[in-house]
Amino acid sequence: MGLETDYEIPVLTTSAEFMIQWARRSAIWPVAFGLACCAIEMMATGASRYDMAHFGAEVFRGSPRQADLMIIAGRLSRKMAPAMRRIYDQMPEPKWVISMGACASCGGVFDNYAIVQGSDQVVPVDVFIPGCPPRPEALIYGIVQLQKKIAASKLDQSPKVRIA
Amino acid sequence: MTAAEIIAVIAPAVPGATFEALASADAAVTPTILVPREQLVATCAALQAPGLEFIAFSDVTAVDFHPNRLPRFDLVYHLVSPHRRARVRLKVRINAQEAIDTLSTLYPGAGWPERELYDLFGIVFDGHADLRRLLMPEDWEGYPLRKDYPVQLRKDAQTYMPLQVTEEEFRANMERDRFQRGSAKPK
Repeated sequence: MGLETDYEIPVLTTSAEFMIQWARRSAIWPVAFGLACCAIEMMATGASRYDMAHFGAEVFRGSPRQADLMIIAGRLSRKMAPAMRRIYDQMPEPKWVISMGACASCGGVFDNYAIVQGSDQVVPVDVFIPGCPPRPEALIYGIVQLQKKIAASKLDQSPKVRIA
Repeated sequence: MTAAEIIAVIAPAVPGATFEALASADAAVTPTILVPREQLVATCAALQAPGLEFIAFSDVTAVDFHPNRLPRFDLVYHLVSPHRRARVRLKVRINAQEAIDTLSTLYPGAGWPERELYDLFGIVFDGHADLRRLLMPEDWEGYPLRKDYPVQLRKDAQTYMPLQVTEEEFRANMERDRFQRGSAKPK
């Protein structure tokens, strides 16, 4: 990348890959999808005090068809798993998933029949955030990590391998 | 009223039933009566009658005493009399294989907690209009609140749920939707 100033109008040269991934990582729109108490922290992250808008990720969409990030905020019950998978399937490519909190990541304290022990059994997860619940700072850190991951990924990468 | 006084009122209306007053920590507020399984509906009908007026159904839940006791379940009914500001608790002892008559004929709202009991304890209510699982997925195996249920079972998460409508219904919905939006002419 370089800035060419020898011309009448300055020209910025870069690769198409960098440009596209910059656009993708700078405006991550999460789907408004909360499952439990982690969703309260997720709402706080989007609100004025923590203000996820600094990182281009505050536009929670009501429709999965307009979103490219799913934040699994809370424990995922077995009955919810098919519904969550359906929402994920409705999101357009490219799409990413953050597993927020202990319950979504590994079942947390709910080691029982009703809760899926790790939401990566249902959807492919990009970033796991520990905590019970994670503070808004932790969620923002997770989103920044996801942005780094997007920036480092190649354009010609085939879509992530889907589990059944 | 104490449990013994309630029993004295309802016993003539339910011939052949043997009631028993049970001790409970909150007996002053909620007297507890042990009711035989076969006479539960007749007992509740007697409790609804003028005089006692336990016309509101509060809740039904169950206690599993497996493996320490047979019959293993206590069904615990709570009835309320809003007019007299009184409560009563009925207990019915049943086994896993036994069915019990539904109370939804007397208390229409009783159908929901009875469905929950069927879902989580596997207790069958005779005469229930719609005895399906309520909280667990419909194809779930086993009854999670029983003491012999493997609570920490490991099992693959289900990721696919079949459509709740048939293909014909789905197409009819789509057609109706398109017509209402005005982009297609009705046939």
